[in-house]
Amino acid sequence: MTFAIEPKQIGIIAAKEFRERIRNRWVLAVTTVFTAFALVIAYFGSAQQGAVGFSSIEVTIASLVSLVIYLIPLIALILGFDAIVGERERGSLDLLLSMPITRLELLLGKFLGLSAALACSTVMGFGLVGLLLGFKLPPSAWYHYAGFMLSSVLLGMAFLSLAVMVSVFAADRTRASGGAIALWFFFVLVYDLILLGALVVSGGAVATDAFPYLLLLNPADVFRILNIFGLEEVRTLYGLTTVFPERLANPGLLGAVMLAWITLPLAVANWKFRQ
Amino acid sequence: MANKVIEVHQITKHYGLIQAVDGVDLAVEAGEVFGLIGHNGAGKSTLFKMMLGLIPATSGEIRIDGAPVRGEEFRRVRRHLGYLPENVVFYDNLSGLETLAFFARLKGVDLGECAPLLERVGLTAAAKRRVKGYSKGMRQRLGFAQALLGKPKLLFLDEPTTGLDPEGIREFYRILKEMRSEGATIILTSHILSEIQERVDRLAIMKTGKIQAIGTVQSLREKMALPLRFELRLAPGAEIELRRIVDTLEGAELSEDGERVTVHCQREAKMPVLQALAALDGRISDLLIHEPSLEDVFLGYSG
Repeated sequence: MTFAIEPKQIGIIAAKEFRERIRNRWVLAVTTVFTAFALVIAYFGSAQQGAVGFSSIEVTIASLVSLVIYLIPLIALILGFDAIVGERERGSLDLLLSMPITRLELLLGKFLGLSAALACSTVMGFGLVGLLLGFKLPPSAWYHYAGFMLSSVLLGMAFLSLAVMVSVFAADRTRASGGAIALWFFFVLVYDLILLGALVVSGGAVATDAFPYLLLLNPADVFRILNIFGLEEVRTLYGLTTVFPERLANPGLLGAVMLAWITLPLAVANWKFRQ
Repeated sequence: MANKVIEVHQITKHYGLIQAVDGVDLAVEAGEVFGLIGHNGAGKSTLFKMMLGLIPATSGEIRIDGAPVRGEEFRRVRRHLGYLPENVVFYDNLSGLETLAFFARLKGVDLGECAPLLERVGLTAAAKRRVKGYSKGMRQRLGFAQALLGKPKLLFLDEPTTGLDPEGIREFYRILKEMRSEGATIILTSHILSEIQERVDRLAIMKTGKIQAIGTVQSLREKMALPLRFELRLAPGAEIELRRIVDTLEGAELSEDGERVTVHCQREAKMPVLQALAALDGRISDLLIHEPSLEDVFLGYSG
């Protein structure tokens, strides 16, 4: 049983999802949150050092990364957890599936529409602040900041993909939201603690070989490495080079890992959805 | 022989130990209005979902318009198929018109159809309002408009009149009649027999996943051979004469309750009883004939 993919059907679903997020002011709200946080961080990010006001783009990006790593996964999971299970509870899933559309097309349409909403908020929210800062900065700073925004979008998509997967597996919305929050706790809070614990228990033995690869198994860590490694000023600050070899810190490779994090949960979701 | 639009052969669906649908055979011909009757949980919706390829059957085969319901070939069929699910809640933040346009795009239907369809179901005034503010009946109308997109050859309507007021129900059946005269095949479910018995060509009665009976309303009545009842008011003395005749008839029985005389009779005794009444020649002051309703048939089968 083979199914051709009709991009038009995916586009129709995606457009409807996007339109709903614009209509219920989701995009506006999240854009505002991102703008506000970015502004505060840009101007007060180095307050601990006794200086208020914008200091350097590298410190600003490093601070934004620490914020975004908590915020974006949470927002993405909240955005996506009811993608399928919500339609099911509304009774509209059967109706959608009775249309000339395959389950994969529905899933991709949902994912891409929600991704567009999240990407829109991310780019507008951080982009606005980027423009405000941009006047006095050299091109290299622009490059880093653009990289930060792009990787933020990818981070959002990775967690959105996980959320859509949860929403296919969950029996109802309550369980789906529970699953989404559990994923957030695991990837954002618990995972690094476990790695740290492993390091301590093994007396540092895992550090050299397994550790860098274990970091790749968490999209939030991939995001952190992607952003921090390019910044000379903060790399030593984070002590990253001690645990992460330079040869793995290639943006192409890390980007590919991120894409895998976007694709795999969706593939699992599609497999489950077709049952 | 007429063209079979829906063919269901020995279809079964288990959920764990629960047998939701159990060995159902069904064929609906082109242009027919077919009713599926049963209590909640009888398996009607499950059968519907299998016919639409929404859930896989445990065993058996279904063909809609000649195509198996799972597979790429069915995408072609879906374009000519209208479905109104039970209790659908649409998207709060889209207007009625936007909702309809969304489904029209998915179906590849001209967007110009949307406004006239909303007019047809009486939602023109609310077309630009968000669905969030719609009443249950309005959502049901919107769902019906959605099912009519693209003039479907085949309509699946699951409990289509829930939430509609009496006027809405009349309106619904008026549109259904129009669809029928345009050549659509229609299959609808209901648990309200009296509402659909006059409006379907044939019907099937489902109970605990099985089809208990299938046929026209008339054939089901005849198959059940439920007794008819004549209720009479007679001129004094006439009942003695009537009793004398009725006592000679096979399958008829007379009882008296004060002024009221009742004759219970089997279907085959209907004409002889009528002839006996004619022989009373004007001494009948009132006559009521109770035909068994489909409700009685239904209760007889599945009560």
